[in-house]
Amino acid sequence: MTTDNKHTMERREFLKRLGAGAAVTSLALAGCRSRGQGTTATDAVSADAIPTDRMTLRTNPKTGEQVSLLGYGCMRWPTLQEEGEPLDQETINRLVDTALEHGVNYFDTSPAYCRGRSERATGIALKRHPRDRYFIATKLSNFAPSTWSREASLAMYRNSFKELQVDYIDYMLLHGVGMGGMEALHGRYLDNGVLDFLLKEREAGRIRNLGFSYHGDIEVFDYLLANHDKYRWDFVQIQLNYLDWRHAREINPRNTNAEYLYGELEKRRIPAVIMEPLLGGRLSKVHDHIVARLKQREPERSVASWAFRYAGTHPGVLTVLSGMTYMEHLLDNLHTYCPLKPLTEEEMQYLYDTADLMMQYPTIPCNDCKYCMPCPYGLDIPAILLHYNKCVNQGNIPESAQAENYREARRAFLIGYDRSVPRLRQANHCIGCNQCVHHCPQSIDIPKELNRIDGFVEKLKQGVL
Amino acid sequence: MRLRKVRIILAAVCFALVTLLFLDFTGTLHAWFGWLARVQFLPAVLALNAGVVVALLVLTLLFGRVYCSVICPLGVMQDIFGWFGRRQKKNRYAYSPALSWLRYGMLAVFLVALVAGAGSLAALLAPYSAYGRIASHLFAPLYRWGNNLLAYFAERLDSYAFYSAEVWMKGVGTFAVAAVTFVVLGILAWRNGRTYCNTVCPVGTVLGFFARYSLFRPVIDTDKCNGCTLCSRNCKAACIDIKTHRIDYSRCVACMDCIGKCRQGAISYRMRVSQPASAGAAEGGVSRRGFLTVAGLFAAASVVRAQEKTVDGGLAAIADKKAPSRATPIVPPGARGLRHMFQHCTACQLCVSVCPNEVLRPSSDWKTMMQPVMSYERGYCRPECTKCSEVCPAGAIRPITVADKSSTQIGHAVWVAANCVPLTDGVSCGNCARHCPTGAITMVSSEADNADAPKIPVVNTERCIGCGACENLCPARPFSAIYVEGHETHRTI
Repeated sequence: MTTDNKHTMERREFLKRLGAGAAVTSLALAGCRSRGQGTTATDAVSADAIPTDRMTLRTNPKTGEQVSLLGYGCMRWPTLQEEGEPLDQETINRLVDTALEHGVNYFDTSPAYCRGRSERATGIALKRHPRDRYFIATKLSNFAPSTWSREASLAMYRNSFKELQVDYIDYMLLHGVGMGGMEALHGRYLDNGVLDFLLKEREAGRIRNLGFSYHGDIEVFDYLLANHDKYRWDFVQIQLNYLDWRHAREINPRNTNAEYLYGELEKRRIPAVIMEPLLGGRLSKVHDHIVARLKQREPERSVASWAFRYAGTHPGVLTVLSGMTYMEHLLDNLHTYCPLKPLTEEEMQYLYDTADLMMQYPTIPCNDCKYCMPCPYGLDIPAILLHYNKCVNQGNIPESAQAENYREARRAFLIGYDRSVPRLRQANHCIGCNQCVHHCPQSIDIPKELNRIDGFVEKLKQGVL
Repeated sequence: MRLRKVRIILAAVCFALVTLLFLDFTGTLHAWFGWLARVQFLPAVLALNAGVVVALLVLTLLFGRVYCSVICPLGVMQDIFGWFGRRQKKNRYAYSPALSWLRYGMLAVFLVALVAGAGSLAALLAPYSAYGRIASHLFAPLYRWGNNLLAYFAERLDSYAFYSAEVWMKGVGTFAVAAVTFVVLGILAWRNGRTYCNTVCPVGTVLGFFARYSLFRPVIDTDKCNGCTLCSRNCKAACIDIKTHRIDYSRCVACMDCIGKCRQGAISYRMRVSQPASAGAAEGGVSRRGFLTVAGLFAAASVVRAQEKTVDGGLAAIADKKAPSRATPIVPPGARGLRHMFQHCTACQLCVSVCPNEVLRPSSDWKTMMQPVMSYERGYCRPECTKCSEVCPAGAIRPITVADKSSTQIGHAVWVAANCVPLTDGVSCGNCARHCPTGAITMVSSEADNADAPKIPVVNTERCIGCGACENLCPARPFSAIYVEGHETHRTI
């Protein structure tokens, strides 16, 4: 569940507004017509049709608190179309209200999200509700070397309280450890005493649970878990979904299969918080063949619901985070988790087989998290990669000029490219400065991929494919 | 009356197609109707296209200045204005004696300008060029906005039938000239019909010499004429002197309006040698066929400083590129060089309208005013494109193949150390080298004895063709760290 590129977002936004009204009226009317248009189809759920007291809950073994299986990821809040794209606070409030009403009580944000605006917006929306009704998770996002110092890191930590308008934080994370390897771990948290500080804060009660979110170098993950006795991690946030369960390493040798990560946490009885259950929408925006395959099994359920049921089925999972930009995403996920219908062994296997099929399509594993942005040279990196993936999934990447659909595919790729990415932000402007590379949680070699896409575009334009 | 209808239909078709040549940014229409630009008189003269020039002169010798009524888009545009004028007030024209001193004076100025090399002055007077400027600077933006509206809806329907086209100010000077021409001609045509054609237009004056002796022409039958002056008051060329029953054929554009207006049936379009008899209808038939034959004959002839990232998302602002000051202007491959371009270009803007890469724009230099020049702030001369050479009717940009183009040196790249990103931002780049279609740029260490120093581009000017890919894709803004200097004479490498 992700924001698409800017243009589609506009379209979606438009359709959403159009549809929201239409959906409400049509459902109301449908009720009157009493034709029993059931609300099982996730394509057409309204908030009223979802029970408010059936959310599947998981227990935090340390505190005994009940955490909703669906957690709200605050990395993809909706924006306004105005200059500077400020966050759409009004819609955020509505989303938060609907989520709380249906039992969602875990909200995960970071000082870096949404160009640094997420914490404040999340705080404003949550402040309108009693503090004991929700858990706030935020992170110490001191990625930039200028914030590695103890002073700068603590300033960032303290600012989170201010932005979120709280005096304690329920779940505090070291953010994205593994990116930059052991060196970054030492620089960001160990050598400057920041981790020791956070441990003290936990003792003082200002941090109720301390954990870390992990991407990248497995050495860091293993190191932190090896020292579990020392740090007593209350939870760990990992990337888990049916594609990464066994294919993460295959997609990128620098990443680790979720099967291993989850297994290590299980061994130590550490609750897992799941991120990227849907890979930023890559598990819902899949090739038509995959859509057909999943829809055939559950015609009335969304493609995304499979991914969420998969993540939630693992018993050691505390909560599954989803960055729900649109009300439709939220309602669909609520529908999936109110309550969760766990996958059977056979259904699990069906998803693993689906994952094997997906591996045949050469999409780029970009989840549109925008960690790489802003590119100092103005490129819109996620928009470029997403356009490429879209064309892969729609069969619009012709292999040669002799391909059957060459002309249509060429047109669709090139015209769609200009529509999705302004010309000045396209791949040919990538200078290969490599500043983005270490920001990518998926370890994508961004300049290399952009260079490859640019080469492909050149061949299409020159007609020499 | 039937002759008039034929004239109007042919004129409407020609006008619409020529206009479309300027509006169509996909370049598909040129394959079919590009010849309509090539049969324009002045482009044909400048292209030394003897066939077309002779055919047009023969056409005029046969039928009078039908060129002005049918083929010339500026003439037809004036007729449209005149039509609106006549709807407002009937019988609004009157005979006026020929302003010979003005006509010949203008022709002389035009010829001197052409020979002396004041091409911009010549282009200012030439009818096809004037229309081209109007079409490409006034009509084309409207057409593109319309297209962009369709593209907007197509995008929402997930259709690739339309794609949006950039609308931008290509040249303020030329735009102003076009706008002034449009308004002045509009007012003149509204009030007085073909004033421009019979006083200023050098093509009209030249064709007038021949039209005097045309085989077919409208003739007043003095026996039938009752001197009502209706014909004269409806003659947009103001060339019917009813007192003497004479028509000034050098100014008559053979529009046939007078024939239908005459209630006495005193005016007929007939052959010079034939006797004034009642055989008018039959002759009309012949000449209409002639009209169509000739028409058919033509048809056959045809940046931002890098800064540390602390939060996620957002887009860095991109400053617009600014054009560097080039010592020598750049003209497209096929133009052979500045002199050839200068001598042949009518400044009709056809190439400017059709350039898909936003490279060509009218020059603002006073000597080459309105003639096309290249600049690479918005795009570069892409290797697969030869559109301008395909459409040029005047032979200023000669047809060139993609292969020849890739070996034609129109300029060479020049490096500007002060702007180069590896030196200013301390990052590796090489985007110019990566995109050079001829591999003329190599990245080398900026310090000869230190392989780890930032890499900078060096240009092998022997291989560089001046396409501007490096300049356009250079991350330095607003001024690129590498830009193209034009060559006076193009060379083959």
